[in-house]
Amino acid sequence: MDIFLQQIVNGLVQGSIYALVALGYTMVYGIMGLINFAHGEVVMIGTLVTITVAGTLIKAGMPVAVAGLAGMMAAVLVCMALGWALERVAYRPLRNAPRLTPLITAIGMSIVLQNLAMMVWGRNYLTFPSFLPNMDFELAGAHFTAIQVIIVLVSAATMGALLLLVYRTKLGMAMRATAQNPAVASLMGVNINRVIAAAFVIGSALGAVAGVMVGAYYEIAHYQMGFMLGLKAFTAAVLGGIGNLAGAMLGGILLGIIEALGAGYIGDLTGGFLGSHYQDIFAFVVLIVVLMFKPSGLFGEKSGDRA
Amino acid sequence: MNFGHFFRSTVGIATLAALLVALPFVAAMGGQAWVRILDFAILYVFLALGLNIVVGLAGLLDLGYIAFYAVGAYTWALLASPHFGLHWPIWAILPIGAGLACLAGVVLGSPTLKLRGDYLAIVTLGFGEIVRIFLNNLNAPINVTNGPQGITLIDPVSFGAFQFSGTTQILGFAISGPQKYYFLLVALAILVVIINLRLQNSRIGRAWQAIREDEIAAKAIGINTRNLKLLAFAMGASFGGVAGGIFAAMQGFVSPESFSLIESIMILAMVVLGGMGHIPGVILGAVLLTVLPEVLRYGVGPLQMALFGKMLADPESLRMLVFGLALVLVMRFKPAGLWPSPVRRRELQETGK
Repeated sequence: MDIFLQQIVNGLVQGSIYALVALGYTMVYGIMGLINFAHGEVVMIGTLVTITVAGTLIKAGMPVAVAGLAGMMAAVLVCMALGWALERVAYRPLRNAPRLTPLITAIGMSIVLQNLAMMVWGRNYLTFPSFLPNMDFELAGAHFTAIQVIIVLVSAATMGALLLLVYRTKLGMAMRATAQNPAVASLMGVNINRVIAAAFVIGSALGAVAGVMVGAYYEIAHYQMGFMLGLKAFTAAVLGGIGNLAGAMLGGILLGIIEALGAGYIGDLTGGFLGSHYQDIFAFVVLIVVLMFKPSGLFGEKSGDRA
Repeated sequence: MNFGHFFRSTVGIATLAALLVALPFVAAMGGQAWVRILDFAILYVFLALGLNIVVGLAGLLDLGYIAFYAVGAYTWALLASPHFGLHWPIWAILPIGAGLACLAGVVLGSPTLKLRGDYLAIVTLGFGEIVRIFLNNLNAPINVTNGPQGITLIDPVSFGAFQFSGTTQILGFAISGPQKYYFLLVALAILVVIINLRLQNSRIGRAWQAIREDEIAAKAIGINTRNLKLLAFAMGASFGGVAGGIFAAMQGFVSPESFSLIESIMILAMVVLGGMGHIPGVILGAVLLTVLPEVLRYGVGPLQMALFGKMLADPESLRMLVFGLALVLVMRFKPAGLWPSPVRRRELQETGK
């Protein structure tokens, strides 16, 4: 039972990170039907920027907490700019191109960003400065650290803010309208270009926050870290029903918990035949099984086949 | 474009044949490494044309194509290496590899047929990753794939006493191993081109294109979409299996690393960048995307030295950077691919996009 609770806690933490990244995928997909493969790289750049900024400030003698916050702010700003630039330079010219064209562009941008990061930060693993004292709490037999609590809280707050933005502001209304029907939305006076740019910028900001938390959690970063993280987060978004904000959040958390439980129990379940290094297949197996029964994800609207 | 007409004329075919025969000998002047790059270019042509059936003709976005290649490669590796002490002949292994890959295609295809567009993409992607993770971990408790170390000392292709590795003398010419593989691969590639051409205008091919354009309409006019989509998957997968077998034999070594997601993505990029559904375009895409990184590998370092007198950036990352930029730029200025089919080009122009 202790292991069970512990794995739920670990899964919840990992899942909140997936959820934040998944939101970036799902916002862009919901509005323009594009899988932004470069989103994982945006997250990676968020982590690396934080390391550089926070590391420099700590060396300059700033208090660790202040330096951490400054690093995070910097990461959010850099990623927002990056998201905006990605949309402007790579995707906007292709808005009416054949469906697979922007996908290849996204892959190209992903390769470009990874290699730029490698040039700037080198190919070695970087250590993330530890912002928090190593505190350890215990609740009902499950242990958790301060950073885990913070990750869950920050994710929840960020997601809450996003929901407010999408459902309570004019920009949010414009975004939902564009997602439903860009042509009609634009007739109603919605500036489509601005809405799409906003989706990229907001998604990238969420990605930056996720990037900072991944770094703080594992205390290690690398120019290739964005790829697998992005893949898992995208899986989470599809699991929840891509294009659906609540679906991405729940899908992310669900995926985190399934992975953690799977890694904890697979050895026992298969009598030691399969070990915990099969952790990564859970995400995909669950995805395939879910999509077999619910072809548009857990919470996706049943979309008609009409174009 | 009159290339199409040119290649269909007798003179054109003769020129093309002469070029194809001369190519490995010209490349050999730059060293056998270039012949090997040429081999890979043809291998990727083969793979890209296989994927073209699935993506280009039937319109099913498959991001896990490399899994079938992996199945073919590991079939060859296990049945013709000291790992299990088996050394089966090529006419046994290649059909088995193609058959297993085909089976894998059906296994992947059947539960996913009702998925649309991008959902299918992510499921195939997941399937590819599952296959790779299994290859990586099936070394315990029973050692099947030898895990991340991979399988070494795989038998090369041979027909009876004729070996494809090492140099042989034919009519006074010394023909190296990579050159022999080149001719084998070209023969296979020509075969797959013919199959693609024949399919394209067949009943099946037209049905696939109908499904690609509008699945509901295709169903309404009596096309059995389920079976035809499965057939596309199975056929594409079999080509992947054959290519995988040749890859294993040519390299003499396979490991899970060769079958990562980025490989699937590269093959898809070849299809889309060249011109989806258009055979010459796909061939162009495959050759370009194989040769370009290699040209950059040899070109980027010296170019920096010549321009700036010192190495400003790590050549390895610079070459991938240029490669990524090239993908972005081609798609920006040629959204339908470098050499799209005339029909597709007309469609794009008519809508004014």
